[in-house]
Amino acid sequence: MRESHIMKIHYGTALAAIAFVAVHILMRMTQNFAESLEYDNVIANYQYLPYAGMLEIILILLSIHGFNGLRTILIELKQGRAYEKAVSYGCIAAMIAVIAYGSRTIFMTSMGMV
Amino acid sequence: MAQTTSLAEEKINSVASPANTITLRVAKFNPATDKEKHWIDFKIPYQKWTTVLDVILEAKKHLDHSIAVRYSCRQATCGSCGMIINGRPRLACFTKITELNSDIVTVEPMNNFPIIRDLTVGFERLFKTHKKLKPFVIREDSEVTGKTTELLQTPEQYEQYIQFANCIKCGLCNSVCPTMATDSSFIGPQALAQAYRYVADNRDKGKDDRLKVIDDSHGIWRCHFAGSCSQVCPKGVDPAMGIQLLRGYLLGFRG
Repeated sequence: MRESHIMKIHYGTALAAIAFVAVHILMRMTQNFAESLEYDNVIANYQYLPYAGMLEIILILLSIHGFNGLRTILIELKQGRAYEKAVSYGCIAAMIAVIAYGSRTIFMTSMGMV
Repeated sequence: MAQTTSLAEEKINSVASPANTITLRVAKFNPATDKEKHWIDFKIPYQKWTTVLDVILEAKKHLDHSIAVRYSCRQATCGSCGMIINGRPRLACFTKITELNSDIVTVEPMNNFPIIRDLTVGFERLFKTHKKLKPFVIREDSEVTGKTTELLQTPEQYEQYIQFANCIKCGLCNSVCPTMATDSSFIGPQALAQAYRYVADNRDKGKDDRLKVIDDSHGIWRCHFAGSCSQVCPKGVDPAMGIQLLRGYLLGFRG
């Protein structure tokens, strides 16, 4: 993939994450902040499907953005074909692992398995 | 030898009016023999028009012939005498002693370049990346062949790139770039600014080729927009702006 395509995704995920995280933070203000973070309220949030969907989207956006950021930092620190390949594939693998683990938490909680 | 010394004394005494004196502190380093750089101080007289290059050449001529320094035009045109003067990359021929407001003038080789000896650095990487960007107008016809006799431009079209055509390849922008310091494969602000110079030239037809070269994992996207390249350019080129404008082409904001 061309670097400009990767960077378009990088900027796009950043902008989208700002919008979704803003909604996520504003949701804390629908009630008292401390109250909104109580166990039952958090579980209720997860079980409200549109909100769980939004959390899943935030997870994907931030994972893509974050791991691409990490990739660029690492390839600036050291160069070499093998190293750069290892960094790129390593970041993709780590991104998939984080999304998979986060999605598991979201799905299990929203389906009442926790 | 004695004759040489007296001639030298004659020259040094031929200043027209009483001069002030500065301490010139030169970084000496020979990669073949030295483990690290060391400093040598020289007391040099100067006038209000004396440049840093003048005092370095004075020291080289009369006090230490071994000082390695590259220079040529002495008028900020050739880009040979770039070095770090009192902590900031500048052209030695374009920096007057009086503008430094200091009794001590330190001169060091530019950062992000391999040191050949003392103040002289290797430009291989800069020239290689510059060449990679095809720094010439690419088109099928030319002014000397075919039917086209002259490639006319309006003042507005000329205005698009002329600032970037002032680059003298002195390397000061590359020397101060933080990405150049860590990424040995980074194209660098000098070559990126030159890429913009040709991409923005309406006579040029090589835009796609150049954009392909800079759209690399060590290309234009690794610029952090520190802007220090534009701060140090002695010719008023703004590589940081050129880089942002080039990104516009790659992101689809510019045609």
